[in-house]
Amino acid sequence: MWAIVFNASFITDFMAAAIRMATPLTFAGLSCTISERSGVFNIGAEGMMLSGAFVAAVGALFTGSAWIGTGFACIIGALLGLLLAVLSITLGANQIVSGVMINILSLGFTSFLSRIIMGSAITQKLPTFETWGIPFLVKIPVFGEIFFRQSPLSYISYAIAVILTFIFFKTTWGLSIRAAGENPRAVDTAGINVCLVRYICVMFSGIFASLGGAFLSVGVVRYFTENMSAGRGFIGLCIVILGKWHPLGAVLAALIFGAVDALQLRLQAFEVGIPYQFLVMLPYICGFIAISGVVGRAQSPEAVGKPYLKEN
Amino acid sequence: MPFLEMKNISKRFVDVVANDRVCFDVERGEVHTLLGENGAGKTTLMNILYGLYSRDEGEIYLDGKLVIISSPYEAIKLHIGMIHQHFMLIPNLSVTENIILGLPSSRGFLLELKKAEENIDNISRKYELRVDPKALVRQLPVGLRQRVEILKALYRKTDILILDEPTSVLTPLEVETFFKIIRRFTEDGLAVIFISHKLNEVMSISDRITVLRGGNVVGTLKKHDTDPNKLAGMMVGKEITLSLDKPCEKKGKRLLEVRGLSVNSEKGGKPLVNNVSFDIHEAEILGVAGVDGNGQGELTDAIAGLQPVSKGQILINGMDVAHLSPRKRIERKLGYIPSDRQRVGLVVDFSVAQNLVLKDFRDTPFSKQRFFLNRRQINTNAERLIKEFDIKVSHGNEKVAFLSGGNQQKVILAREISGKPDVLIAMQATRGLDVGSTKYVQERILEHREKGGATLFISTELDEIIAISDRIAVMYEGEIIGILSGGQEIDLERISLMMAGVREQKTKKSVS
Amino acid sequence: MSLNWKQITLSLSPVWATLVALTLGVGLILLAGLNPIKAYYALFMGAFSNIYGISSTLTKTTPLVFASLGVALAFKGGYFNVGAEGQLYLGGLGATLAGLYIHGLSPLLHIPVTLAAGFVAGGIWSVIPGYLKARHEVNEIITCIFMYFIGLLFIEYMASGPLFEPGAPSAMSPEIAASAQLPIIIPNTDVHLGFLMSLTLVFIMHLVLTKTTIGYQITAMGLNPVASRYAGVNIVKSMCILSFVSGGLAGLAGASEIMGLKHRLFDAFSPGYGLDAIVIAFLAKSNPIGVMFASLFFGTLRSGAGMMQRATGVPTTAVLAIQGLVILCVAISLVLPQWRPRWFRADIDKETPRKKENE
Repeated sequence: MWAIVFNASFITDFMAAAIRMATPLTFAGLSCTISERSGVFNIGAEGMMLSGAFVAAVGALFTGSAWIGTGFACIIGALLGLLLAVLSITLGANQIVSGVMINILSLGFTSFLSRIIMGSAITQKLPTFETWGIPFLVKIPVFGEIFFRQSPLSYISYAIAVILTFIFFKTTWGLSIRAAGENPRAVDTAGINVCLVRYICVMFSGIFASLGGAFLSVGVVRYFTENMSAGRGFIGLCIVILGKWHPLGAVLAALIFGAVDALQLRLQAFEVGIPYQFLVMLPYICGFIAISGVVGRAQSPEAVGKPYLKEN
Repeated sequence: MPFLEMKNISKRFVDVVANDRVCFDVERGEVHTLLGENGAGKTTLMNILYGLYSRDEGEIYLDGKLVIISSPYEAIKLHIGMIHQHFMLIPNLSVTENIILGLPSSRGFLLELKKAEENIDNISRKYELRVDPKALVRQLPVGLRQRVEILKALYRKTDILILDEPTSVLTPLEVETFFKIIRRFTEDGLAVIFISHKLNEVMSISDRITVLRGGNVVGTLKKHDTDPNKLAGMMVGKEITLSLDKPCEKKGKRLLEVRGLSVNSEKGGKPLVNNVSFDIHEAEILGVAGVDGNGQGELTDAIAGLQPVSKGQILINGMDVAHLSPRKRIERKLGYIPSDRQRVGLVVDFSVAQNLVLKDFRDTPFSKQRFFLNRRQINTNAERLIKEFDIKVSHGNEKVAFLSGGNQQKVILAREISGKPDVLIAMQATRGLDVGSTKYVQERILEHREKGGATLFISTELDEIIAISDRIAVMYEGEIIGILSGGQEIDLERISLMMAGVREQKTKKSVS
Repeated sequence: MSLNWKQITLSLSPVWATLVALTLGVGLILLAGLNPIKAYYALFMGAFSNIYGISSTLTKTTPLVFASLGVALAFKGGYFNVGAEGQLYLGGLGATLAGLYIHGLSPLLHIPVTLAAGFVAGGIWSVIPGYLKARHEVNEIITCIFMYFIGLLFIEYMASGPLFEPGAPSAMSPEIAASAQLPIIIPNTDVHLGFLMSLTLVFIMHLVLTKTTIGYQITAMGLNPVASRYAGVNIVKSMCILSFVSGGLAGLAGASEIMGLKHRLFDAFSPGYGLDAIVIAFLAKSNPIGVMFASLFFGTLRSGAGMMQRATGVPTTAVLAIQGLVILCVAISLVLPQWRPRWFRADIDKETPRKKENE
């Protein structure tokens, strides 16, 4: 059996799968990173992802284009972000309650509408993306195909991570975002509109999460199933912590979880004697350990989770 | 025509008129002080000028032109800068990042840290406000943080600088340096608005003084036309003798002994409370003076059991409680008035009656078999204490959140003192209260002393400490720098030096 | 004190919110091109028109009441237990183990033991996040969510592995001993003793919360943990007990479901009762009596959904969408009174004199 495991094609296959599994997690992680940096807990990332997956599927079904579907997904993500922002920023509702609410709302609506719209009639697969090979690099033996031929959404996730890093640490906008997550009152007295900063960040958070959802539905399996996000949005919350609120850290953490996920599927196939349920649990257990501070707790932005209500 | 003129500004909160047709103006090159006791409306007026509060009525003229300031952004654009009593800094960002926060950059949206650092360096050299622009704010001590705040205002090319109680975080020595810096500003043509309730400081720095009381302007005077006594009269509205009736008592047995107490910081570094020792006898008040944030809060929390003790002993009535739970310490007759009423001392969504039994709701007579609440007893208790402590509520079932600060403090005071504790810790017990409530709280604490209780009285108001204490300990960076025993002539200069960290022995040496 | 209409209106805000949500549900069904009146009618008839409907409504209400009481108790004490579904599953597992491996007891003893096993199992699953929250300030919402996923997978493993009944068509355990099964209380229906127990618990919890020192302490801790600690409450201990009991109540939901209805452990025996419990506790503002009514409402939705789908073609998942709308409307109704736009302020500002302090 071990011969199979160490087989070259197994390894390349595994790594390709790891990267594929990591992409939605990367989006989830980036989604949580940007909102938490601005001071808002986005526990609704799970629901935004699910809605994104659904709307992308519907969009792709009716327009025949995975890209247009993904565009619709971005719109629904931004709208759900807006909903979270209105509730938690303007109305001052508990951010976590609002997030849980978005999850329940998304689960209800996607389950209901998917039966109405897609019914059982959909047997053919949804349109999807062509993978993109990066010229030259893709020709590197063995590794070229793994690392440099992926879904365009994977590249987009990496690009977003790089752009976010740049914005956070090299621009005035990023300074405002980081400051809003640390001490909103100070930001207010510096003449910056804290609410606007948080609104924008939370809406982008929604967009990123729904992109992750679009990758799940039109990017990989090419159909929509009820509750298909299956907890990936929640793993995003762990990714933020493991990645220390840094976008590139989130990419790295997502890759680790992606690898765990891919390993789990593979071990399941090889019947190594470990019940597969325990392997599926792995990301959650990793997340649990990361968050409960068994291995050193990272410092989160200070104002995360606290609503900022301006006095008069 | 004055440089800045605020005309007939009014602002109401709930049922309180914070500003009632207040007129105020300031010229370039002068320090105009807003003087008044807590709650007189000084900060409200300045928050309106800085765009943090919206005004209900009135106009603001800058250089003769009517201006509308509805947010700090507009205030900053009009070159108005404000240094708040509670610093508006972000500890996890660098000095430079804090200073340029919210400013446009000449390279579009890109940060220009290098250029900003140079600029900050220039300004700080000009005014001798040295601070490392690359340092993280959380690494800086309080005094330096204030410099960052000032640099922040200067960096924005401020014409009008508002300073809200800026000296409350400074030692008396630092205050002098600070005043020199302010003088430099006015020489450069800045208009400075100085908010304070400390008469001696006001007399030393101001050109003009406007006294506010209960949201109204009592009068605006040139410094040369007035003196501290006159100002005090205007501030308070009637002659109030702050001297408290304090009969001298003989020392009885020691009720609280603290031996080598240390509290370590969670983040590492210097202990927050460092090897502190003192004791308090029956019928004695030990005052603790010191600039805010020098470990007083950690000391009181450690004694009350809310902060883990790293080293040392705390003896109440001879019994070491240093590692007992807060509950056990309460049972050993420890009362604690915390500095943060609403966050620590009260459950504001509970009624007055419920708050009055917060510590002993399990005990008879408030519970039957420690399980069922005895509502009748709880209500009777509330009625009694409301009367006894003159808490202004219509009935005991009113939510504490609806009470004024003074009445909230009375609820805590009633609960803590009515239990007849042996040891009472009063942490900033009069902060933010009006004169009447302040006096009331002080009198009740003195009454507790007369009944034989020991009191640890912590305050940042030196006057109050001197008025009330039998002995005075001075705290600096977590240590007790010295304790001035009772009967001694209180030497203000000596306390000031100690508050700045100069040890008693050294002073003695320099004297001898 | 005279009746204050404004207060009554405000305190009933969840009811108004639910009505708004149901109205929005009408729009949703219209949007799907179906008849909402017929759908609601079928839903109601499905739940109440005959003994089978009523039986199904009550059996579905039972686990909802248990789990929602657990969540409501947790909310009251400031522990945001969103992991009730996982605790419910663990409770089911605990009861199954006690029901399978303990033999020879009389039902009078076996039933309490089995219930206790479910309670303890659910409690353990909840006390872990509770302890981490109290001792290390770890956000319980996130840990609860992870415990939920771990618990779900663990049950799946147990039902398909160690407890699997050989030859069964899907993941399930053998039937638990008859002495551990809850008796049926209405002949010819599925309504079992668990229903009565859940109602009893509603009143016990109502009494505990309003009349006892424990209730006072839980409420104080929920409103201001810092002040509670200052007043001598051992927060870590209290939070552990609170989270244990909260999880235990959710565990009872699972236990009663296994003992009274299913009689075996299945890998997915709950259709999401623990998730509904969050909505119910929220809707009931953590009030036990409110929990009872809200549970009945949700039980009705679940019970009538099948008839609605058969009769009108509106899919059962419409119920999920309506739940989503309910929680959205409740959330808005709860924050609206706190939100003070300029034109609304003068009147309601009386409630925030704290501002005076900040002057």
